[in-house]
Amino acid sequence: MGERILMKGNEAIGEAAIKAGCKYFFGYPITPQNELPEYMSRRLPKEDGVFLQAESEVAAINMVYGAAGSGARVMTSSSSPGISLKMEGISYIAGAELPCVIVNIVRGGPGLGGIQPAQSDYFQATKGGAHGDYRLVVLAPSSIQEAVDLVQEAFEIADFYRNPVMVLGDGMIGQMMEPVEFRAPQKRDLQPKDWATDGCKGRKPNVINSLWLQPEKLEEHNWKLFKKYEEIKKNEVKYETIQMEDAEFALVAYGTTSRICFSALETLRAEGYKVGLIRPITIWPFPEAAINQAADQVKGFLAVEMSTGQMVEDVRLSVEGKAPVHFYGRTGGMVPSPNEIVDQVKAVLGGGK
Amino acid sequence: MIKVAGRPESLQSKQFHYCPGCTHGIIHRLVAEVMDELGIREESIGVAPVGCSVLAYEYFNCDMHEAAHGRAPAVATGIKRVHPDKVVFTYQGDGDLASIGTAEIVHAAGRSEKITTIFVNNAIYGMTGGQMAPTTLIGQKATTSPYGRSVEAQGYPLKVSEMLATLTGAAYIARVSVHDPQHIRKAKAAIKKAFEYQIAGKGFTLVEVLSTCPTNWGLTPIEALKWLEENMLPYYPLGEYKTPEEVK
Repeated sequence: MGERILMKGNEAIGEAAIKAGCKYFFGYPITPQNELPEYMSRRLPKEDGVFLQAESEVAAINMVYGAAGSGARVMTSSSSPGISLKMEGISYIAGAELPCVIVNIVRGGPGLGGIQPAQSDYFQATKGGAHGDYRLVVLAPSSIQEAVDLVQEAFEIADFYRNPVMVLGDGMIGQMMEPVEFRAPQKRDLQPKDWATDGCKGRKPNVINSLWLQPEKLEEHNWKLFKKYEEIKKNEVKYETIQMEDAEFALVAYGTTSRICFSALETLRAEGYKVGLIRPITIWPFPEAAINQAADQVKGFLAVEMSTGQMVEDVRLSVEGKAPVHFYGRTGGMVPSPNEIVDQVKAVLGGGK
Repeated sequence: MIKVAGRPESLQSKQFHYCPGCTHGIIHRLVAEVMDELGIREESIGVAPVGCSVLAYEYFNCDMHEAAHGRAPAVATGIKRVHPDKVVFTYQGDGDLASIGTAEIVHAAGRSEKITTIFVNNAIYGMTGGQMAPTTLIGQKATTSPYGRSVEAQGYPLKVSEMLATLTGAAYIARVSVHDPQHIRKAKAAIKKAFEYQIAGKGFTLVEVLSTCPTNWGLTPIEALKWLEENMLPYYPLGEYKTPEEVK
């Protein structure tokens, strides 16, 4: 066991990035993620790195684009409305196949929305969000420890696949404090970044680009990206199952909501309900196979989210009609209580255990 | 034998896609000649814009990074902060820099980013087919100002060099033109100065180059050069608007 330190989520995410070798951070203030850029502004100068507060989220993500293109491990963070502004840049980064890590500490929307925790950016994170045929790897931690582990792994995944990775936390993950231990992630066999624009001494010029004017070439590029995404789907799906062995009913939730579902599960189990929990850790790629398999075993599913129902669509697609999929959500910054979930499960099961 | 003409090493051996009479080719060449003369080709990273010069990354024989419309100064900032020892430049048109990218250029200058921007101002959107630009002159016709730009409807053209020269972080700001050989020589001298000041770590440098668009102006190449001289020079006076000597 290494040293365990009590840290606020946003700050722990920052420290994890530095531990992962990220020396460059470009950001813009927005609640509820400000502690992260503030932390980086304190720490990075001491690590011979660069913290830069950009003039906008648009500029920040384009600084990330430049830094990633010239070979650096680089990160930005924001919250929902700010992530919307970054979408253009994210599409370019995905198109140019550059590695970077983007943290979204989600707050309620749409529009200016609110500043309390939400999970209503699931569609934006996992289904595109910006233009074009592209995917982000999206990691959804449910504790500060997991956030720290996933942020470090995010840099490895990003470099390995040359793809942007998003860490999707909600305001709760960003704001709460928990003890964390910094553990080095499993190192991947990473290729040298010989494609980076860092001066062409002794080689032909490198070009970082996402423009393909000939449709034949763009189609070729899109299928190449598609194959990469298929590879990611094959290798990178992560999820946790809790008490699913004998479960007759399954809750599906990620992030903060999964912890509340766990409390509900304990109450239900104590009352004799055979309920289990499936917790996606990667929400793209989504644990389709695990949920499809569970559909052969359980009588039904309840997806719980802090939204009006976004991930539930992926649960339904995964279940392929084999079992009913119900939904319970709170939104706009409201957080569901364990009792609400207990009541929902009982209502769905109609009193039958 | 002394070589008196030929392609600079900093230009790729590739045919430009630019329209006949367009001055982008001259400006590309000037930048490349300066890179050759300063011996910085292998140390340079260029950022290409969106617009007519979107394919600049195919022409410059150095590392090149494409940017989204208007975002080149932000991309260049990212590159320069990672590689402060390299020479980083952006090549942008007036729609890119003076319209959609005003925030990025102003703040790159404000932060005194040690980059060089080549700002090609031809008073029109060329690539998209001749729409009104932020630099389109009063009375000038464009496909989105078919009756001529009017003060009442579209306001005044932006004077970027004058504006940026007010910023403390801007080290060198000059406006030049390429409508005749004499001015082309002066333009090259300014571009060279800008790169030299960047290398010397003086701060943000920008050279605005007045340029022609015969195709979208509806003029022959010769008429276009004359139109630039007669119409653009009075509104966009040439000269050095800021030099490092003023930077205290």
